[in-house]
Amino acid sequence: MTEFLQQLLNGLSLGAIYALIALGYTMVYGVLRFINFAHSDVFMVGSFVGYYMGKLIPEGTLWGGLTILVGSMMACAILGMTIERLAYRPLRNAPTLNVLITAIGVSLLLEYTGQVFFGAAPRNFPAIFPVTNFHLGGLIISSNQLMVIIVSAILMVVLQLIVFRTKIGTAMRAVSLNPKAAVLMGVNNDVVISFTFGLGSALAAAGGILYALNYPSIDPLMGVMPGLKAFVAAILGGIGNIPGAALGGLILGTVETFVAGSQWSTYKDAIAFAILIIILLFRPAGLLGKFTVEKV
Amino acid sequence: MLKVSDLQVSYGAISALGGISFEIPQGSIVTLIGGNGAGKTTTLRTISGLLRPKSGSVTFLGEDITAVPAHKIVARGLCHVPEGRMIFSNLSVDENLSMGAYLQTDKALIAKNRDYVFSVFPRLKERIKQMAGTLSGGEQQMLAIGRALMGNPKFLMLDEPSLGIAPRLISTIFEKIVEINKSHGITILLVEQNANLALEVSRYAYVLETGRIAMQGESQKLRADPQLKATYLGG
Ligand SMILES: Nc1ncnc2c1ncn2[C@@H]1O[C@H](COP(=O)(O)OP(=O)(O)O)[C@@H](O)[C@H]1O
Ligand SMILES: [Mg+2]
Repeated sequence: MTEFLQQLLNGLSLGAIYALIALGYTMVYGVLRFINFAHSDVFMVGSFVGYYMGKLIPEGTLWGGLTILVGSMMACAILGMTIERLAYRPLRNAPTLNVLITAIGVSLLLEYTGQVFFGAAPRNFPAIFPVTNFHLGGLIISSNQLMVIIVSAILMVVLQLIVFRTKIGTAMRAVSLNPKAAVLMGVNNDVVISFTFGLGSALAAAGGILYALNYPSIDPLMGVMPGLKAFVAAILGGIGNIPGAALGGLILGTVETFVAGSQWSTYKDAIAFAILIIILLFRPAGLLGKFTVEKV
Repeated sequence: MLKVSDLQVSYGAISALGGISFEIPQGSIVTLIGGNGAGKTTTLRTISGLLRPKSGSVTFLGEDITAVPAHKIVARGLCHVPEGRMIFSNLSVDENLSMGAYLQTDKALIAKNRDYVFSVFPRLKERIKQMAGTLSGGEQQMLAIGRALMGNPKFLMLDEPSLGIAPRLISTIFEKIVEINKSHGITILLVEQNANLALEVSRYAYVLETGRIAMQGESQKLRADPQLKATYLGG
């Protein structure tokens, strides 16, 4: 039982990170109907921004850690908006395939530019937050794990409030439902799309910092695997569906952790793709997604 | 209020409007009628900035708006209720109305407009929390018009409000269109395939045929026109 709870806890904290990344995929898909493959590399840049900020800010303090977290989120929000402005906006009326190929190009650009600047060798991510282990019954909860769960819970609640309670959030949903109608309401879709990229990229950066706290070896290709899994999580939850992405991430992280802890541990990375295939076969709209048919 | 001069629009190599001109005086209801594919929707989309013309110009309240981006045209008080209604199906009725007021900053005015919309379409008030996609066709049309009214329009363009709506609701909606024009002095450009109805409620009419204005005149007179009767009014 204790071992089950321990694994569940580990799974949820990994899943929370997948969820943070998946939210960016799903939000961008919502407004632009394409998968932003460069998103996983924004996650990587998020870790590296944290790494370099860590050189300037004393390690192991709460305020220092939070400063790094927020700083990295802001830097990546700007990066995401810049990518959208330079790479995707000129293709606004181009076929989706062109945009997808561009996204792969941007992804490679970030990965290899990363190798030029950061080097290809993995680096040790600093312990930016104070580290302790809490013992609860037989359970061991590390403060970093707790940080992952608390920070991602807060971010997801904030995101939910932005998307469902603010004007720009309503506009995001409107643009994703019908971009032409949104324009007729006076919405500048470019602004909304830019905002969506900023928001998604900030979440990816938070994911990058939280991931690096628990897996403290970072390199320019570190985004690839978590990115793919978060993508699967977004599909699992229903692409374009925000609560779905969060749910998909949590499920995927949990399942992966249990598989990793079992006799089939070698399949821990394969399980995501098995889930992808199953969901595409049996419920292509995802767990919370639905194919909406407009009444005409 | 609105002046369209020699407007030419094409989709790629296919010409949809071959140079049309018309004018809409302040305070009136003018209708643009014509069969399927005549270019009515294209005309409205070009006026509201969703499409760019090949040549010609659109003047609104004395200013050339031909090159103004669509989202900025709305700000000038020109609202377009598009064909097929295009309500936000996964937003509530209330949120749809809020989207209509997207550019409005005066809270008191927004509340006043909301009350006005509910007075014109009481049904919307009953369904305020409902997802817009679950409304009936007629109710969706009411919502689309209500949403446009939230934008505080001086000029309202309606693209086939009778399309796909239960007959008993069509007359209600047309009554409301007249009411909106009368009580708020909102100028209306009404696009319809249902020529009978459109000529009944409008003062002046233009008949569009394959991208050209084939006929125009006072609606009263056109209703009696033998040629028009034969083609559009079912004999
Ligand atoms: N998106 C489009 N692409 C290509 N041709 C179009 C498009 N929309 C309309 N058309 C063509 O333009 C002409 C006018 O269409 P439209 O303005 O929709 O007519 P109406 O609203 O009067 O039925 C038609 O011949 C139609 O086939
Ligand atoms: Mg039409």
